Amino acid sequence: MYVNYMKTIKERYLKLGYQPYRWFHAGEDPAPFTPLYKKIDECRVGLLSTSGAYSLGQSAYHYKDDSSLRSIEKNCSTENIRFSHITENYLENPRKDPNCILPLGQLLRMEKEGKIGELADQVFSCMGGIYSQRKVLEDIAPNVYSRFLSQEVDVALLVPM
Amino acid sequence: MVARYLEERGIPTLCLGSAHDILLAGQAPRSVFLDYPLGHSCGKPFNEVNQYDVLTKALEIFEAADKPGHIEVLELDWGSEDWKIEASSTAASDTRQPRDTSPQFQYPEDRDAAIESGAVKA
Repeated sequence: MYVNYMKTIKERYLKLGYQPYRWFHAGEDPAPFTPLYKKIDECRVGLLSTSGAYSLGQSAYHYKDDSSLRSIEKNCSTENIRFSHITENYLENPRKDPNCILPLGQLLRMEKEGKIGELADQVFSCMGGIYSQRKVLEDIAPNVYSRFLSQEVDVALLVPM
Repeated sequence: MVARYLEERGIPTLCLGSAHDILLAGQAPRSVFLDYPLGHSCGKPFNEVNQYDVLTKALEIFEAADKPGHIEVLELDWGSEDWKIEASSTAASDTRQPRDTSPQFQYPEDRDAAIESGAVKA
């Protein structure tokens, strides 16, 4: 059995006095699809983690629908990666080993081994616990898109949390 | 939502997540589900072999995926399933933080570093 996070998180937030969380439901809308025209080992890979990662020297996230994005250098030492996310209870291990949720170490290794073409020079993070779907669509998504576009990534790996 | 947005504009995406119900509701173009506790979608802490395995499998699926909206399940076990009891509990410890616009730094010294770099005003 898989954990029912949508129900659990909604109930937790209610108990904590937060407003009921509104999850995104795609419904009957078919998923869009862009085929890959290259092998992964020829692709420049973009990375977005919604875990609330930031690097030392950057601002942390606030917990009131923060729709800002952090750009983290791909060679940033994991010792300088921090997290702030409204569901802090899931961050215990990522705060010890950021690679649990922001796989810089593994992607850099794959780049070195030629398993991926390369990892884009910066990776991105935002804070995924956002009540406002409008903010996600009007702020985060276009911002991520334009960053990936300017990096000329071929594919994007998204790690939601 | 972001995956669909990017995909509609021509960037192929893969979502690597550990919440099956959220992936299912979101209907991302390509999804890989790893049945690990939330916060570990890229593998177990300090276990490079496992993390590498997760990423390798995910990227293989990325290349092979041809069914929009399909969720591929990685056949990897966390080990004991005891974590699911706590993960399903709504009696969470109260780790409430104010839902206001002040940055919630992991460590107090992070704030100093952010002030020094000019990212945050003193």
